[in-house]
Amino acid sequence: MSVPRFWRKQIQRYNLIGTHCRNCNEHFYPPRNMCPTCRRDGDIESYKFTGNGEIVSFTVIRAAAEGFEHQTPYVLAIVKLDEGARLTTQIVCNDLSQIHMGMRVRPVFRKLGDGGEKGMIYYGTKFVPVKPLKHD
Amino acid sequence: MRDVAIIGIKNTKFGEMWDNSFRDIFVEAGVGSLEDAGVSGEEIDGLYVGNMSGGQFVEQEHIGALIADYSGLAKNLHVPSTRLEAACASGGLALRQAIFGVASGYQDIVVAAGVEKMTDVSSSVASAALAAASDREWEGIMGATFPGLYAMIARMHMHMYGTTSEQMAEVAVKNHSNGFMNPISQYRRKITVEDVLNSIMVADPLHILDCSPITDGASSLVLAPADVAHKYTDTPVYIRASAQASDTISLHDRRDITTLDATVAAAKRAYEMANLGPSDIDIVELHDCFTIAEICAIEDLGFVEKGEGGRFTEDGETAIGGKIPVNTSGGLKSCGHPVGATGIKQAVEIVHQLRGEAGKRQIQGANVGLTHNVGGSGATAVVHILSRER
Repeated sequence: MSVPRFWRKQIQRYNLIGTHCRNCNEHFYPPRNMCPTCRRDGDIESYKFTGNGEIVSFTVIRAAAEGFEHQTPYVLAIVKLDEGARLTTQIVCNDLSQIHMGMRVRPVFRKLGDGGEKGMIYYGTKFVPVKPLKHD
Repeated sequence: MRDVAIIGIKNTKFGEMWDNSFRDIFVEAGVGSLEDAGVSGEEIDGLYVGNMSGGQFVEQEHIGALIADYSGLAKNLHVPSTRLEAACASGGLALRQAIFGVASGYQDIVVAAGVEKMTDVSSSVASAALAAASDREWEGIMGATFPGLYAMIARMHMHMYGTTSEQMAEVAVKNHSNGFMNPISQYRRKITVEDVLNSIMVADPLHILDCSPITDGASSLVLAPADVAHKYTDTPVYIRASAQASDTISLHDRRDITTLDATVAAAKRAYEMANLGPSDIDIVELHDCFTIAEICAIEDLGFVEKGEGGRFTEDGETAIGGKIPVNTSGGLKSCGHPVGATGIKQAVEIVHQLRGEAGKRQIQGANVGLTHNVGGSGATAVVHILSRER
């Protein structure tokens, strides 16, 4: 992704800032400027999420997307934040077998990728399990 | 609005075609469909071409003009040519736009085609091109792949309805069995449930044999006003309905990730337009980009209750000889998935079946067929209903 394209939503990506419709009280992350329910009757404001949420569904990616080859296997998940917004993210975890649907997670600031030797480094929000993992 | 008929069809071979270029395959399909219809170049009022990403796969945009030119329809005849894009539903969109042209009366004889040349780039470049059909800024940047997105659908379907990996594998086994009988198939090879379950894991719970392949191929249809169709062919196939619907671009924003609401909406509109219901459909070509996608689609198109798709498949009801034969062509899984061509290829297979010329794959007495073409993880769905009777 090009630098300006990433940069203009950098604050939202780093800080988990989305939007909220004051008219219907729905929260959005990624941020939306148009409420899909209220449309032009909506009243959109910026909103910083607490970041707590749970895993809706997940997969372990073993054939990576371009640029993610060195990360395999990695956990891709849909996380539902406590305010109701859902987003696609990665779960950072050293024991993939303990990840499950409904697992409580919290956000962490992580490197997402980079634009090569001369490109910028992309940072953003991934998630980790809230409770410590069980160890034998 | 005028009734519209399909009077000519052609698929190229699907697969990894090293010897044939992008322009070779679309000319082969287009000319083949015109010969099948007995139509001359002078009669053609317009071309509509589904193509997802010539820009990324062969570094070529302006696809419409290129196709008109190399089909011999540009330099002297100046036939208008339009490229349609909706990711993997580009072909379905091209058919729909061609129908608009004829139904509205603006045009009489039109060509609806689809083409994709995907193997001139490495598979990682092809995968990246396909990933652009998801939300690049908020799914792709997190490392999402299409198998990954459909894997999350599959895991939720398994959780909610008890669907199993074996039931998903049955989709692949059935489609390979059908594709084995289709001369254009990319994979003319039968497989077993064990083959699928023992194949490498791409994104849990999806194995490589749960996924459709990367494919080169082109398909073409010739459309005409129904009133004149018999002038060209003794076996016209009539368009009974054309419907399209949209949903959120990202999977995470869906109402329910196991239901493609765009498919539900497009199917509802199509059934209403044709004044038919799921029980009136004899054969289906649907969008099995992954095995779980076929299970969701037979539910969302109304052939079974939500959650019953896995069991219905396991019971053989979607096989040739079952209650509702699905993907007699081999589907995307075995016949191949040249993304821009797929929506057109589905209609070509239905026409083969309704004409009674599908050989070993023939469903006896098939009268009404349905096609279902999906873009991305379900943000676009296109449904057409075709029949022998007007």
